[in-house]
Amino acid sequence: MLLISCPNCGPRDETEFHYGGQAHVAYPENPDALTDRQWAEYLFYRDNTKGAFAERWVHSTGCRQWFNMLRDTVSYDIQAIYKMGEPRPGMNATTPEGATK
Amino acid sequence: MAETATPANPETLRAARRSPASHLAPTFESGSVAGTVALTEIPFQTMVGIRVGRASDAGARLASVTGGLPAACGEISGDGRATTLWLGPEEFLVIAPESAHDSLGGDLVRALVEALGDDPGQVVDLSANRTTFELSGVRARDVLEKGCSLDLHPRAFRTGTALATEIGNIPAILLKSGEDSFRIFPRASFADFLGRWLLDGMREFASPEVP
Ligand SMILES: [Zn+2]
Repeated sequence: MLLISCPNCGPRDETEFHYGGQAHVAYPENPDALTDRQWAEYLFYRDNTKGAFAERWVHSTGCRQWFNMLRDTVSYDIQAIYKMGEPRPGMNATTPEGATK
Repeated sequence: MAETATPANPETLRAARRSPASHLAPTFESGSVAGTVALTEIPFQTMVGIRVGRASDAGARLASVTGGLPAACGEISGDGRATTLWLGPEEFLVIAPESAHDSLGGDLVRALVEALGDDPGQVVDLSANRTTFELSGVRARDVLEKGCSLDLHPRAFRTGTALATEIGNIPAILLKSGEDSFRIFPRASFADFLGRWLLDGMREFASPEVP
């Protein structure tokens, strides 16, 4: 069981949360200009990172607010929790592969 | 919003209603252990959901009706007429006795709807959404701790604190209403399950303690 620190409520059991997939996947600026393949990639294609992964979570049984989490997909170590809209912590000027925003 | 031409007689309404755990009332009574732990349903409380920014004008107007809007997780506010629980940064639950409900002679819902006016936000009558259980007695915390992973020790969970969490694996709001008493607000459809779950947790305290 992960113990997740909700930014509003503090540490709670993982069962109070729901997972929202990869974070920082920006909505296309002109969705109608996309080809079917580009649209499918926006909708369905996600990174499959081994290591630190930025993902969205919602505290569904508590405050019902979304937030971002940086979690190691191997060790499950939670490295950072930060607000929606904030950049992924620890990012250098060079944007790593897969970070679309 | 549907308005009936002739408002129903409050007494007719009262006779027609059935609370979510009414069928368990005798079991709650027989399952309670005098002086140790007791479980009762407090049916038909008036509950109103509010979604509004606390810092907005509408938030201030709503706060003047409810007696304040709590600022952070766990906090509650109120003026005796109603208690307001923090559910989220812009989400609150107002709880008042059934007599506060507009259909029974009160004016709480209308007062809140009028306070919000046309501003962004929500005021929704949620009185039928949840019921209220009161679990009290010196063993109440022991019963809750069997299925709630919050730190319920008085140093961490003080009287006058309310948290939305899981109890017995179902979502519920837990309010510490006194030193040895808790109010639990499960959704109506979970009332039967949670009532039986709490009774099961209380059962051991009816037997003599094994030294
Ligand atoms: Zn939360």
